[in-house]
Amino acid sequence: MGRLSVNLCGIELDNPVIPASGTFGYGYEFAEYYDINVLGTISFKGTTRVARFGNAAPRIAEAPSGLLNAVGLQNPGVDKVISDELPRLQKVFHKPVMANVSGFSVEEYAEVCRKLDAQEQVGWLEVNISCPNVHGGGMSFGTDPAQAAAVTKAVKAVTKKPVIMKLSPNVTDITAIAKACEDAGADAVSLINTLLSMRIDLKTRKPVLANTTGGLSGPAVFPLAVRMVYQVAKAVSIPVVGLGGVSSAENVIEMMLAGATAVEVGAANLVDPCACRDIIAKLPAVMDNYHINTLQDIIGGTI
Amino acid sequence: MQQGLYEIIENSALADSVMRMRLQGDTSAITAPGQFVNIRLNGLFLRRPISVCDIEADVLTIIYKVVGHGTAQMRACLPGQTLDLLTGLGNGYDLSCAGDAPLLLGGGVGVPPMYLLARRLREAGKQVQVVLGFNTASEVFYEDEFRRLGCGVTVTTADGSYGKKGFVTDALPEAYSHFYACGPEPMLKAVCRATKTPGQLSFERRMGCGFGACMGCSCKTLTGSKRICKEGPVMRKEEIVWEG
Repeated sequence: MGRLSVNLCGIELDNPVIPASGTFGYGYEFAEYYDINVLGTISFKGTTRVARFGNAAPRIAEAPSGLLNAVGLQNPGVDKVISDELPRLQKVFHKPVMANVSGFSVEEYAEVCRKLDAQEQVGWLEVNISCPNVHGGGMSFGTDPAQAAAVTKAVKAVTKKPVIMKLSPNVTDITAIAKACEDAGADAVSLINTLLSMRIDLKTRKPVLANTTGGLSGPAVFPLAVRMVYQVAKAVSIPVVGLGGVSSAENVIEMMLAGATAVEVGAANLVDPCACRDIIAKLPAVMDNYHINTLQDIIGGTI
Repeated sequence: MQQGLYEIIENSALADSVMRMRLQGDTSAITAPGQFVNIRLNGLFLRRPISVCDIEADVLTIIYKVVGHGTAQMRACLPGQTLDLLTGLGNGYDLSCAGDAPLLLGGGVGVPPMYLLARRLREAGKQVQVVLGFNTASEVFYEDEFRRLGCGVTVTTADGSYGKKGFVTDALPEAYSHFYACGPEPMLKAVCRATKTPGQLSFERRMGCGFGACMGCSCKTLTGSKRICKEGPVMRKEEIVWEG
């Protein structure tokens, strides 16, 4: 194992850096900018049973040190992802990929996961029970321990691949949801998804986003994400994937000290298409600065 | 697409709230008129997308209207400062279907991308007619620049304070082979109704990334959903689905 490598649910990652779902498409378009094989893995765009166009425009709003998005799970549907998107990714990315799955019912989650389980390319299933931008689904599964457990159980029943439940920060006690997922058989949890937010246009006095509300991400949420990763890592014994505003090699190390085994980078990709590559390149020097021999050593170091 | 640092060599007022900025750096990623750059500004998280007005060797010209925090900060920039840009974004206009006498329609800050397009079409020996629409006389810019390219130029103002009173659609010539348009969406919609030939229109949308990653600027078209920043901003008249 190299200095940067970590083990996430039995699969070794060359480094802990993973572009977060929804900020990297299905990956292959970024291969035009750099060799994406430098990445630990890729969490691809949230995929549902049928194709979705998503929400009306505007879907994006600026925030201090971040942005709000209300894309609404635009994706081509799981069958097209398998027939079109994954083969394109396979040509340029030669590592196991993290499949991000969303749904509007327990059955939908299970069906989409069953189909993706059959794909050799897929290393992990990251199950998003925390999308704040769709009605009647997504986040409602991630705000109630019983429902989070129900989705976890249903997904675990259809796959032998590691299941990572992606959690919402829009709850009173995120550790209760994390523990419910762990008890239901989850192999790991990832957190945080975006924070439910809103902006108002002073000229029109109307919400900036057509969806009224959206999810806040970017450096603005980083300290909150660190706090939640720390709390969850203390509360569960399964690995935690940390994300939320990570935009530097130092942020990656901070997340890992808080308890993250691997770290996803989201909003930073939207401002700098080469953000993940650059973070990975800087990790060794930053590790030297802080006398870190291997990243594996520091996971949960602050707990 | 390319990311790089560009040095500001000019940042001056062209008209009321309208500024021209010229930047020096690698322009090789810009392959077609109608593409845009995405500019990083201190203290603002999202980059600001601005259309390309012209490129000459290693100099890039953009024209922007000061409308918010981002463009206000751009106005305060001084020559000698550098800006972090993504260049060569978007599809740009297709010149192959221009015909012999293309018509270019620009409204307000939709005028700038028409300039490089007009220059390229003139270099290809086309007879180019341009209609530039503005709100009022104090906002008019680039009329002479288009004339110097050898284009036939008509200027309209909504209040009649300069040129022909009305909108670009009130000044369409009798005959043209193809049209190219850029401007606010109500103008583009009116242009589609008023024109009789196929044409290409450039759309503006609030964007997250500007290079296709976030799906923030998706729109529906008759040929499927498209990202304004990647499969656009230029779309063909025949494929547009008007919302609302």
